[in-house]
Amino acid sequence: MPPSLKKVFALVDCNNFYASCERLFRPELNGKPVVILSNNDGCIVARSNEAKALGIPMGAPLFKVKYLIAKHGVHVFSSNYALYGDLSHRVMDVMRQMECHVEVYSIDEAFLSLPVNKIWNRLDYVAELRERVRKHVGIPVSIGIATTKTLAKIANRVAKKNPQYQGVFDLVGNSQIDQILQKTEVGDVWGIGRRNTEKLNNRGIYTALDLKRADETSIRKQLTVVGARTVMELNEIPCISLEKAPPCPKSIITSRTFGHPISDIENLREAVISYVSIAAEKLRKQEVEADNLNLYITTGPFDEQSSYSNNQTITLPRPTSSTPDLIAAALKCLKSIYRPGYRYRKAGVMFAGIVKQGYKQQGLFAPAIPVKEDKPLMAALDKINGKWGRSTIQYGMTTDAEKPWSMQQAWKSPAYTTNWHELPVVKTMS
Amino acid sequence: MKKDSSIAEIFDIDQKTTVIRPLFTCGVSAGFPSPAEDHIDRKLDLNELLIPHPTSTFFVRVAGDSMTNAGIAHGDILVVDRSIEATSGKVIIAIVNGELTVKRFERNLTSCLLIAANPDYPPVEITEETDFSVWGVVTSVIHQF
Repeated sequence: MPPSLKKVFALVDCNNFYASCERLFRPELNGKPVVILSNNDGCIVARSNEAKALGIPMGAPLFKVKYLIAKHGVHVFSSNYALYGDLSHRVMDVMRQMECHVEVYSIDEAFLSLPVNKIWNRLDYVAELRERVRKHVGIPVSIGIATTKTLAKIANRVAKKNPQYQGVFDLVGNSQIDQILQKTEVGDVWGIGRRNTEKLNNRGIYTALDLKRADETSIRKQLTVVGARTVMELNEIPCISLEKAPPCPKSIITSRTFGHPISDIENLREAVISYVSIAAEKLRKQEVEADNLNLYITTGPFDEQSSYSNNQTITLPRPTSSTPDLIAAALKCLKSIYRPGYRYRKAGVMFAGIVKQGYKQQGLFAPAIPVKEDKPLMAALDKINGKWGRSTIQYGMTTDAEKPWSMQQAWKSPAYTTNWHELPVVKTMS
Repeated sequence: MKKDSSIAEIFDIDQKTTVIRPLFTCGVSAGFPSPAEDHIDRKLDLNELLIPHPTSTFFVRVAGDSMTNAGIAHGDILVVDRSIEATSGKVIIAIVNGELTVKRFERNLTSCLLIAANPDYPPVEITEETDFSVWGVVTSVIHQF
């Protein structure tokens, strides 16, 4: 099959997303180094290009880079997931308005499957998409196109790292594909973690090209079927659906379109409970916890006369992967954003601020929060659902008393888009 | 006096909206329009009036009084739509020297100006050297008494 007839994927990735969100309302920070801190201002979770250039490493504890920050006047922000979550949904909505097949992969990335049934210029189309996201939401994105998702990820890196391509790059039918793969370290290939990189290096596989040409059966032995899929994808055979996609370290998302539109809150509640349960299981499988949750409900963009979309973020008292805690938070969001009288077509939950299990760095002055020990319960739950099917044991309604707590967020920007009292200020004179 | 005329305008749109919406319902339904469609008798929602493009709409708060003559007072909330083109005559949110500012945008063949609604503040001419970009277009003012 000639490449032009295959399915084509585009990966849209927001550039330095958290830093871009902060800059949208603080334009004076364009071109200046910006870093964003994790929950409780512990360590660096996002950096602008300028901060990267200063050598501030990802994940570094704040105290270790304090001297660099002071020396170069780096602007520091506590994470503001209400803002990031809202802008993330706006970015995805703009793409949905232009392109129906949007698979949201993380808080700042989505795969599009591009139509191939008409003659058109793909690059022009994605360039327009990119410009539209920039204009309508104010967030810069990079877009990589390829015949598989794994290659689209690589195309995206090329788009991002080479300014001459103006944020878009197409690997489909590209004669330089092997050269590009050769320049890509195997550890940078989607789904190849640090542990696997070591294994592969030991076998003399250093680049994406080495992996593409590796023997699939021996890779399957070493890296299981997941690695074999990656090899196939590098060879332009698409075989990774989003369900099988490698976990994203930044955020975990479960969202579905309903079979039929839902209007009443009872049915929505059931949907939300089941999505949170699925997403919470993903957290535990990866041995991570979330420190905040974002719930999104929408009628879809095409119900012009009665369309409604809204989302809300709740920061959790402490990072957790406990299904009942997360359900309680999600239902609280649902209660506050649900409006009767609309026909909802889709809902989604997103966990962001992902930390390793047991990472309990509490604020110096924050009151200690009693930890509810439900790990054995959750393990049993996952085991039973793993054996008998996902919905064998499900949560119904849960109630969780509100916990008074406070978190250290010394440099948090205002909730510009989600709180009337924190709107951005514009001056009438300048 | 200005305030009076703007109230009349809102009232006009208000009435129109109540008439139009059931008509739209007929227009979009494929079969016979059902009189029981649940969104016909929903309460009027200001969002429908003020925010046709929720994805690209943001709110900002005004600081300063140099746009008062344009009906924009200190403390007002502006509805800003980023998806609209900033054509001449529109009130826009501009970024000038890294700062968000609200001004009327005037453009002709020879020049490009940001104009305050106050004679004490002379227009700012945008030249190639000006650190300027358009952030969004103001579509409504929310002025609470």
